[in-house]
Amino acid sequence: MSDVIIAISLLWGFIFIYAVMATMDFGAGFWSMVYINKEKTNATNIANRYLSPTWEVTNVFIVAIVVAVISFFPGATFTLGTVLLLPGSVILLLLAVRSGFLVFSHIAEEYRKPLTYISGITGFLIPGLLIIILPVTHGNFIEVRDGVEQLLVGELLTSFHAWTFFGFAVSSTLFLSSLLLADFSNHADEQEAYHIYRRDALILGPITLTMALLVMVTMRYEAVWLYEGMMEHLPFLLASAGAFFLAGFFLLMPTGQGKRGWPRLAVIVIVLQYLLASYAYGRAHLPYLIYPSITIEDGFTNPEAFRALFITYIVGFAILFPGFIYFWRLFMKDKRYAKQQKSNYDKK
Amino acid sequence: MDHLEIARSMFGTTMAFHIIFATLGVGIPLMVLFAELLYQKTNDRDYAVMANRWTKGFAVLLGVAIPSGTIAGVQLSLLWPGFMEVIGEVMALPFQIEIYAFFVEALFMSIYVYAADRISPWMRIVSLTLVALGAVASAILITNVHAFEGTPAGFRFENGEIVDVDPWAAFFNPGFFTTAGHVVVSAYMTGGFVIASIAAFKMIKDREKGRVFRFHKKALMLGLAVGGIFSLLTAFNGHQSAQLLHEYQPEKLAAAEGLFETQDYAPLAIGGFTDRETEEVKWAIEIPWALSFLADDRFDTVVRGLNDFPEEWWPPLYVHTLFNAMVGIGTLLILLSITGFFWNRFLKKKRFPKPMMWAFVASGPLSVLAIEFGWIFACTGRQPWVIYRMMKTEDAVTGASQLGTLFVLFTLVYFVLGAAVVLVLRYYFRKHPVHEAIDIKE
Repeated sequence: MSDVIIAISLLWGFIFIYAVMATMDFGAGFWSMVYINKEKTNATNIANRYLSPTWEVTNVFIVAIVVAVISFFPGATFTLGTVLLLPGSVILLLLAVRSGFLVFSHIAEEYRKPLTYISGITGFLIPGLLIIILPVTHGNFIEVRDGVEQLLVGELLTSFHAWTFFGFAVSSTLFLSSLLLADFSNHADEQEAYHIYRRDALILGPITLTMALLVMVTMRYEAVWLYEGMMEHLPFLLASAGAFFLAGFFLLMPTGQGKRGWPRLAVIVIVLQYLLASYAYGRAHLPYLIYPSITIEDGFTNPEAFRALFITYIVGFAILFPGFIYFWRLFMKDKRYAKQQKSNYDKK
Repeated sequence: MDHLEIARSMFGTTMAFHIIFATLGVGIPLMVLFAELLYQKTNDRDYAVMANRWTKGFAVLLGVAIPSGTIAGVQLSLLWPGFMEVIGEVMALPFQIEIYAFFVEALFMSIYVYAADRISPWMRIVSLTLVALGAVASAILITNVHAFEGTPAGFRFENGEIVDVDPWAAFFNPGFFTTAGHVVVSAYMTGGFVIASIAAFKMIKDREKGRVFRFHKKALMLGLAVGGIFSLLTAFNGHQSAQLLHEYQPEKLAAAEGLFETQDYAPLAIGGFTDRETEEVKWAIEIPWALSFLADDRFDTVVRGLNDFPEEWWPPLYVHTLFNAMVGIGTLLILLSITGFFWNRFLKKKRFPKPMMWAFVASGPLSVLAIEFGWIFACTGRQPWVIYRMMKTEDAVTGASQLGTLFVLFTLVYFVLGAAVVLVLRYYFRKHPVHEAIDIKE
């Protein structure tokens, strides 16, 4: 593999990890808002127990992505920075409000509801805006005016293609997070919460798949080059759809003792579904970072910098790996944590 | 305001807001760690209560520190794409390594807060140490990018192209250790004084002078000790920083001191305002020879004045005032902690007099103010350059044009978040007063 392919693969990996973690993060915030009045079911508590320890870690990934883009592809920094000033700023503003009020809602008990509403609503818009960056890289919304690249905001806002991406991101957020929370509540033996989240996942799954199809349909009209590239990887797309139906089967399957569904398997298969689809998307997008002006080769950094960065990636993640494992065992595997009635913030 | 000024004001506002939370994010964990260690050593439960309460406050501050830091990081690319192009190519390492430090901090912060009751005391201290280390490492690494802007190394421009890139030479640029050191010790100083401020305020308000009073007294003494030690270290390091300027950015030192003519036995001007017309610092107290000594430890050192440089390279002259304000506050804080220490240890007085207590209350906000002055001085003092003698700020700014509205929106959000932090902290600590926490622990 050439250096530039390693770099773009690492970047793609980060984006994928963040996409999954962020949908779960923002989605959990949304569900904790939706079920805030259903005090008996514990659905809100489950969402908060997932969210509280993870949001900071998830947030690091977004910075990691920005740093990876700048450090691996400095040649694309100028264009991306200029074009994304407006959408990027809106995302940052929402993210600031969301994170701030998420923390505040855990501390200020009496104002929990309004604070949760603010963080829930701002949070659920963020994935939709983040994903808009993808259609921007497809090429139709950038124009050079007076020697400066400008984003055509009006055309972006009236593009079906962009809106299908928005819809796909929002429905994916709700779908993935409800599925994960179903698994998390099952793990915590919270049958009522499990029931609710499993139902939500079953409703949102087909909606998400429809949105994905709409993305493909509009892509055919607005970004033909990408559509054709993706069709070359049709087997991946079909396998992805297959994984979706397999997950549906795992959720519906009776498992004895009157219970239904095997949520852990469904989560794994759904992550596989997204992995396959985004691989096909990523492959088809190559070699362009931004179509048609910047390829990965144009934007790539110098070999010395790449080598130094690559070494820090290996050393850094080797050191971090045990930390991630420890974190996972404390919060995802340890039933004592999942079953706690209240988070530590609420205790004195 | 023209385009460049709006961009600079916008980024400056972001940094001015973020730096408060970032500084406390480095300073408070150290205080929590000291409290935990003191608890293990003395078995005095008050220290455990302190650690617990400070962590609560720290968690709220992190709720703003993290998103505002994310804003600062991303805004760099959005507002200064020309600058980040160079940084991406030459100076990516500190950003990259900072990510790992950031991960360490986030992971172990969650573990310390949410798993405290399920891990051993020993593991709690390890987690907390890692939080403090992660925080300080991020501060060091991000400051390194700032150091690089002042003392760039590890690349050249040839016909507008970046050539001869040596990422590690850029990483260990001449300003790195001194500049990063300054940020770290001043953050620790601020952490100590902010805790001392709150404790002193609570002691003044406390009428019973009983159990709760003694609790706050312990916090005050710990805060003053940490603040005092690190304010001294900040001063020693500040001396090195000035020498760094003398060697690498002489016009910045000249502007800081309001020195126009190059001279040996140069005087140090304290206070006053630099006057462009008469080329002197008005209303200043002059200490003969002192600037030369400050610059290179010898009275006959030749210090270069502003007139040696083309005027378009001059930093704005008001940096003299900022520089003096920063140094002045630092000196005041050192004197304050020495007096406090002397009063407590040598005069063996149990109580501090009222004026001194109010001075302690002021110490925290003053430290934060000094940090703000210092940052504004460091960044405006480098103008017109974004990378000293390599790239002008005006060549780095974005070409996108919707800055005005965004500036207003960001400022508004900072106000909302800033106000919310104050309200939430007040709400929480009113709801959970110290005397309840002490009762529970006993």
